[in-house]
Amino acid sequence: MLLIDCPHCGPRAELEFSYGNEAHIERPREPDALSDAEWADYLFLRDNTKGLLLERWVHSHGCRRWFNVARDTVTYEILAVYPMGGEPPALAPLRAL
Amino acid sequence: MQARYSFFSLARNALGYHESWPEAWRSPEPKASYDVVVVGGGGHGLATAYYLAKEHGITNVAVIERGWLGGGNTGRNTTIVRSNYLWDESAALYEHALKLWEGLSQDLNYNVMFSQRGVLNLAHNQHDLRELQRRIHSNRLNGIDSEFLDAEGVKAFCPPIDLRRNGRYPVLGASLQRRAGTARHDAVAWGYARAADARGVDIIQNCPVTGFRIAEGRIQGVETGKGFIEAKKVAVVTAGHSSVMADLAGFRLPVHSLPLQALVSEPVKPVIDCVVMSNAVHAYVSQSDKGELVIGAGVDKYIGYGQRGSLPVTEETLAAICELFPIFRRMRMLRQWGGIVDTCPDASPIISKTPVQGLYFNCGWGTGGFKATPGSGWVFAATVANDEPHPIAAPFALERFTSGYLIDEHGAAAVAH
Repeated sequence: MLLIDCPHCGPRAELEFSYGNEAHIERPREPDALSDAEWADYLFLRDNTKGLLLERWVHSHGCRRWFNVARDTVTYEILAVYPMGGEPPALAPLRAL
Repeated sequence: MQARYSFFSLARNALGYHESWPEAWRSPEPKASYDVVVVGGGGHGLATAYYLAKEHGITNVAVIERGWLGGGNTGRNTTIVRSNYLWDESAALYEHALKLWEGLSQDLNYNVMFSQRGVLNLAHNQHDLRELQRRIHSNRLNGIDSEFLDAEGVKAFCPPIDLRRNGRYPVLGASLQRRAGTARHDAVAWGYARAADARGVDIIQNCPVTGFRIAEGRIQGVETGKGFIEAKKVAVVTAGHSSVMADLAGFRLPVHSLPLQALVSEPVKPVIDCVVMSNAVHAYVSQSDKGELVIGAGVDKYIGYGQRGSLPVTEETLAAICELFPIFRRMRMLRQWGGIVDTCPDASPIISKTPVQGLYFNCGWGTGGFKATPGSGWVFAATVANDEPHPIAAPFALERFTSGYLIDEHGAAAVAH
């Protein structure tokens, strides 16, 4: 069970949150100009890092606001919580294998 | 040379207090070069090596495993085998696997304890019922046995289910595949390992793959904990670590790695002689030969590589089990664990060539890879041997995410993700 520090409501149990996968993905600015491969990339390819992962969460059963989280997917340690649109904090990449 | 397992060898060894059984497979040091290196010594990887040797005559093969054989998802699943998938592509793949299961113990000379005890998929509301009926009809069109049971039929087939209809999850009906059932998961890995070894495959354990050597878009070999191993072809079957492997090879895969949980209870006398799956509430249960209830839960909602699983998932599943089977309310759970499954956006696997020539991936089996073990190995071995997708594997290539030809099996895959 994760204890997630919602920037608006404080630390709450994982049950109150929903997951939004990889952070910092931008909608295609010119969808008409995208090739099939670029669409596939936008729709289906997501970071699945073993180690440091930047991801989005939403406090569904609380303030219902989105925010970003930097988390270690092996130890599950939450390394940083930062706002949507914010720059990811400077964190050293964690283990690879 | 391996001794053949038989009633007579059992009797002979019993006289010697079982002290002189030969080892089931060798543990050789890796050679400098192989025709094919299979990365990953789980069921799928070992099956791939076995069918490469048996069906395609390629015996200069090594299986490289980071830990021990079957120590990943092969030893962590709930051992359910079935083939009642919705679409033609999946039906062909899983039914091919089920047909191989039916002769597997004989083929491998190793008892995989395949027990066709029947698998129920429960419907709890009108929508479930309609989806279930659709899948049953689709199965039957594909030659897969599948039948509908109404509530009374469910009760007759599996008496411990609560049918008082005032529960949180009323049971309105179920699909039943009688040829489906369970198999002993460790035996599958060991049986394939032994049979592959007998045909000359080298099985190398405790040897992590740390990189791929690629020159001019073609695979040269793998970097491992035991040094560089040259290989003409490399077949990667690493389940939850597939995206880590793809990263080493320089491309991305559309998979999410999520912990999938299972639990077993204390052993009790025989109480449930079939497999019950309830997709909607994530409660799967069967009983092992030791008497433990084997319970399958859902996946965590977030990416993780910890083989534990999150507590709310456990609670949800056990709550559902207690609702459906009030008789189990006072059972105590003995063990709980997680395995890392690589889920695809369409809940179907990836069996594919890759952007690197001579490098093949078999992954994305998500929450239901065990049932497909023989079929997966069979079609992947053909894909690797011929450098061309086996007809059954062709629809499961990576290209489907670009072409849009997805094979949406979220309904039949039965664990939501």
